Amino acid sequence: MLPPLPGALVGLALITLLGLYAVLGPYVSPWSPTDIDYRALSVPPGAGHWFGTNRIGQDVFAQTARGLRKSLLIGLFVALASTAFAALVGTCAGYFGGWTDRVLTFVVDLFLVVPGFLVLVMVAPALRAAGWVAYAGAFAALGWMLTARAVRATALSLRERPYVTAARHMGVRPLRIVRRHILPHMASFLITHATIATAGAVISEAGLSYFGFGVQPPDVSLGTLIADSTEVALTYPWMFFFPTGMLLCFVLAVNLVGQALRRVLDPSAAGAEVPA
Amino acid sequence: MAGRALPRITRSIALLLVSVLVSYVVASAALCPRAHFEDRTPRPPAAAVDHELAAVGLDDSTPVLARFGHWAWRALHGDLGRTIDGGSVNAQLGERIGVSVRLLLVGTLAGAGLGVLAGVWAAVRRGRLPDHAMTVLSFLVLSVPTFVLALLLKDGALSFNHCLGHTVIRYTGESTPDHKGTWTSQLADRSSHLVLPAATVALGSIASYSRYQRAATLDLLAADHLRTALAKGLTPGRALLRHGLRVSLIPMTTFFSFGFLTLFTGSVFAEQIFGWPGMGSWFLEAAQEGDVNSVVAVCLFSAVTVLLAGLLADALLLVLDPRVRR
Repeated sequence: MLPPLPGALVGLALITLLGLYAVLGPYVSPWSPTDIDYRALSVPPGAGHWFGTNRIGQDVFAQTARGLRKSLLIGLFVALASTAFAALVGTCAGYFGGWTDRVLTFVVDLFLVVPGFLVLVMVAPALRAAGWVAYAGAFAALGWMLTARAVRATALSLRERPYVTAARHMGVRPLRIVRRHILPHMASFLITHATIATAGAVISEAGLSYFGFGVQPPDVSLGTLIADSTEVALTYPWMFFFPTGMLLCFVLAVNLVGQALRRVLDPSAAGAEVPA
Repeated sequence: MAGRALPRITRSIALLLVSVLVSYVVASAALCPRAHFEDRTPRPPAAAVDHELAAVGLDDSTPVLARFGHWAWRALHGDLGRTIDGGSVNAQLGERIGVSVRLLLVGTLAGAGLGVLAGVWAAVRRGRLPDHAMTVLSFLVLSVPTFVLALLLKDGALSFNHCLGHTVIRYTGESTPDHKGTWTSQLADRSSHLVLPAATVALGSIASYSRYQRAATLDLLAADHLRTALAKGLTPGRALLRHGLRVSLIPMTTFFSFGFLTLFTGSVFAEQIFGWPGMGSWFLEAAQEGDVNSVVAVCLFSAVTVLLAGLLADALLLVLDPRVRR
């Protein structure tokens, strides 16, 4: 594997390129994602259509940019929301202990009993109509449990540290202790987690859309683009290659950065470099 | 020992019951069975739709909890209700459960077994070619979403079969329809169908298990008791096997129960992509049709398997770690 620093640089460069493509792609391309070029059905990549066209004559470059933008937006939102929520639940369970802990741990376990993907299949179509924040919120609501467990374990050990006890005896309010003395200690873990969670969210969104429960036409995401081109992956490879390639590049890049972050910020986890 | 097991089992049963209640409520709120009956030409009158909904126990004029109570009472007597087409959920479950259990079992065994072996091997060859190759490979596998992995495997098998000139690896269904023959040819047929879905499900687990196992084994190789074993003259391989493997497996039991969740999701993808008539593909169909009872049946299945995996992990820990038994 690449050593951390070059790996992280490659990852960051890839993420920047993908981000630029997602944001600027639609402005650079002469085609919009919904334009249909009736004289160019299924043409391979060339001067007119940089990434070729699909079977109904839509420009693959413009469509992929749009799908990627949607995926990145959801990934970012979910990573931030789920990490924040996991931090809140985990620290509360670990720091307050007792019944708070018991109830929160039961809720965490309850969320883990039925795989999140199954729940997403049920709720995503209903939430989609309420806008992308609700749609992305569903991914966040089903992706915080394992982090919360890890946060809880750390909070449990931090609770007995002398400076935390001192703060408690000085009369600092519990929530302030959590905010000022417990959370900063986990910042590195949370940052690493948020990075890797971005990839996880992009993967689940693509999976959900692939099976037809996510984004619906005329809107596109990487998952629907991959689903539409799967059958012709061997005959018209460009339709499949570009969206799939973008998805793989993004996940790989995020994992490279995540791994480097973990090595730098959390020396204890040096051996266990498991990405999303 | 019984004193430790009992609370865990009670807790699992409580989780199971609450999760079934929650999935019933979520499924009833999110799915729309009415649309399935109304979406016909000519559009049936509302009273007819109401009648059909009531026949399958999805009458939306009664409150959700009352419907759940009715369903749960029947379920406790072993009847999981009607599918949206009026068939029996139990019958569907019976047909499909074997397919899924087979895939999950093969995936779990291959994933955990090969993952642990690969991890130990990488740790023993630390810093050399096998270690580096394994690190890069597992990193790549973990960066490929499961459904993309399945698609790539399918395309790979297509090209492979094309090169060989006849179909060696099959990629649709779990057996060839109307395949008659001796049990050996049946077995060969089923195995050639099993290869790709099992690989889809297992590759991710192999990759992540091998990472954790590598780390655990590395910690172990530096441990005092292993040095003692070497000092008294055991060969490295024997020392690792007799004094190492068991200790390094202890932290793996935690990953086992979480790893199973990923594995379950992977099996849903694999079933759908390779056309296996299992629980996962049933779930996706049922969710599309608004078939609440079938969806809940699959949720029940997933809850049972996930909780069993958790209990199995606990049991493994008990076997491996004498300190826990006290």
